[in-house]
Amino acid sequence: MSSTTDTTTDAPRDDIRDAEIARVLAALGTSVVDSLVKPNDDMWIRVSADAWVSTGETLKSLGYSYFCFISAIDWLPSPFGKGEEDPASPIERSTVIKQGYTGGETRFQVIARLVQPFSTLGINIKVDVDDTVMAIDSWVHVFAGANWHERETHEMFGIGFNGHPDLRNMYLPTDFEGHPLRKDFPLLARHVKPWPGIVDVEPLPGDDSEEEGAES
Amino acid sequence: MSLLGDRQQLAYIASQAADARVNVELETEGMTLNIGPQHPATHGTLRIIARLDGEQVVWADPSCGYMHRGYEKLTEVRSFPQVTALVNRIDWLGSFANEVPFILAAEKLMGVEAPDRAQHIRTILFELSRIANVTLFLGDLGVQLGAVTPVFFAFRDREYVLNLIEGATGGRFHPNFDRIGGLKDDLPAGFIDETRNVMKKMRKFCDEIEALLFGNEIFQSRTRGIGVIPRDVALQYGMSGANLRASGVDWDLRRDQKLPLAYDKVDWKVITHPDGDSFARCWVRLQEVRESTRIVDQLLDTIPAGPVMAKVPKIIKVPEGEAWVSTENPLGEMGYYVVSQGDMGPFRVKIRSASFNNISITPWLLKGVYVPDIITILASLYFILGDIDR
Repeated sequence: MSSTTDTTTDAPRDDIRDAEIARVLAALGTSVVDSLVKPNDDMWIRVSADAWVSTGETLKSLGYSYFCFISAIDWLPSPFGKGEEDPASPIERSTVIKQGYTGGETRFQVIARLVQPFSTLGINIKVDVDDTVMAIDSWVHVFAGANWHERETHEMFGIGFNGHPDLRNMYLPTDFEGHPLRKDFPLLARHVKPWPGIVDVEPLPGDDSEEEGAES
Repeated sequence: MSLLGDRQQLAYIASQAADARVNVELETEGMTLNIGPQHPATHGTLRIIARLDGEQVVWADPSCGYMHRGYEKLTEVRSFPQVTALVNRIDWLGSFANEVPFILAAEKLMGVEAPDRAQHIRTILFELSRIANVTLFLGDLGVQLGAVTPVFFAFRDREYVLNLIEGATGGRFHPNFDRIGGLKDDLPAGFIDETRNVMKKMRKFCDEIEALLFGNEIFQSRTRGIGVIPRDVALQYGMSGANLRASGVDWDLRRDQKLPLAYDKVDWKVITHPDGDSFARCWVRLQEVRESTRIVDQLLDTIPAGPVMAKVPKIIKVPEGEAWVSTENPLGEMGYYVVSQGDMGPFRVKIRSASFNNISITPWLLKGVYVPDIITILASLYFILGDIDR
C-alpha cells in the first residue's frame, strides 16, 4: 500500500525486483540461460533442462517456498487457426515458432511459478523440453504440490517427468490417444460444425468506426 | 520412556500388549471404499477411492475429470472479450471473481487501466460473489456434518446477495459483466441502499450460523484437531485462501498485492487461525464473510463518480507479451498466465485455480483418518468441482 517505490523517471524502474533477480542469478549461476524483469510486474528466468531440479531446490532455499503452478506452452502456431473458416478449403498457415519472454529453442516449454510468501514476489521459470526426449525431471521431491500439476501437463502435452511416482491421466480416459493442449490437436467441435459465433464479428448496421470507445 | 516410573512403564507395556492382541483377533482384510462421484459432500462430481483398514484410511486417491470442460483449449479459439463467458463457469458460486484476474491480465498486456469507479464497482461485486459463495459453504458445512438447519438459512440469505448481483449485472450466477477497460454497465438505481440492507442481513446470518454451528459441541468435536495441515506443508502444496490462513499464514493477496482494485482504500483485516484443523478453516471463512460485508459497506460510501469504461478500441487486439495476474478468490488464489501473440485471442492461457491445489493435498491429508472424518475434511477444505477440473 505504500508507494515508496514510485520513483517516476523516464524508464520505469523496479529496485526490488532488480535486486531480487541479481540474488537469484548469483545463486543459480550458469544454469540460467536468460532472464527478464518487467518493472513493477514480474520476473522470468529460463534455465537449462539438466538444472531443472536444482533450480527448484535453490529457489526454495532462497525463500520461494510457495508453489503456484507447473504447466507447459506449445509454441507451434495452431495449424487450424481458430477453426472459423470453411474446413473444405483450409488456409496455408505459417509454422514459424515465435517464442515468448526469455526466448527458447524448442517447441515445448515447461513453465513453473514460485512465489515468496508474504512479499508476493513471484518468479516464472521456463525450461526447454527437447523434442526427441520429451521429458524433464520431476519436481515432486522438491514441491509436493507439483505432483498433480505434472500429471496434468503429462496428459495434456505428452511431456514426461522423470522420477514422478504416478503419471496416470487425471482427466482423460486411460486409453485416450493424443494430447489435447498441443496445438496440432484439433478442436473437433470446430471441425464438425462451422462456428456460429463468427456472425458476431461482422459489423452491425449503423456501427461506427472501430476506434470509437465503448459506451460509458 | 525413561521419564515414566516402573509401574507406569509396566502398565504401558501391558496396554500395548492388550492392543496387539485385539488387533490380531480382529484382523480384517483391507477394504476399498468408493465415495462419489455423485456424493453430496463433493460439490459436483469428485470420486474418492479410499483403501480402508478397519475404520482407518490407508490411502486415498481422488479421481477428477468428471467435469473437465477443457477451458484452456477453448480460450485459444476465442477472442479476449469472449473468454469471460467461459471462465464464469470455473467456480460457479462466485463467478464474477473468476472474470477479474483474466480481465486484469488482459488490461496489463494492453496497458489499459479501468477508471476509478469501475475499479470500485469491481471490488464490490468481487466481494459480493465471495459472500454468496462462502454463505453456501457455511450452510453446506452443517449438512455434511449432520445438521440440516443451517443450509436453509444459507439458501435464504444467499438469495439476497444473488438478487443484488442479478440487479447489477443481469445474471445470478454468470454475470459476464467485466470488460477489458471497465465494466459493461453502471450500477442500477437503488443498488447502494439495497446493498446496505443486505449486508446487515448477512452479518445477522453470520451471527446465526456462529450460534448454530460453531458453538455446537458436536460440531466442535467433529472438526477440532481433524485434518491438521502444518504451515510448511500447506505452502509446498500451494494451498491458498482460507485454507492457508487457517494454518497460520498471514497472507492475503487482496492486501499484499498491488492490483487496480479498491482494497487499499478501505479498512479491513486479514483473518488467520493458528490451528490448521478443520475447525480453523471453517472459522476463518465465517470471519471473512463478516470482513467482506465491512469492505462492501465502506466501498459503498466512497464510490467515486465518473465513467465505468476506459477508452478502448471496439475490436480488441492484445499486444504481444505474457502476463500473470492472480487474485484472492473465494476459494483461494486464482490466476491466469496469459500468452498473447498480438492476436484477437490469447495464444495460451494457463488457468491456475485454487481448488486444484487445495484438493491435491488430500492423498497426504486423508492418510490415517477415520471414515467419517473424510467428509469433515473435504467439507472444510471447500472445493468446487468446476474449479478443480476447469
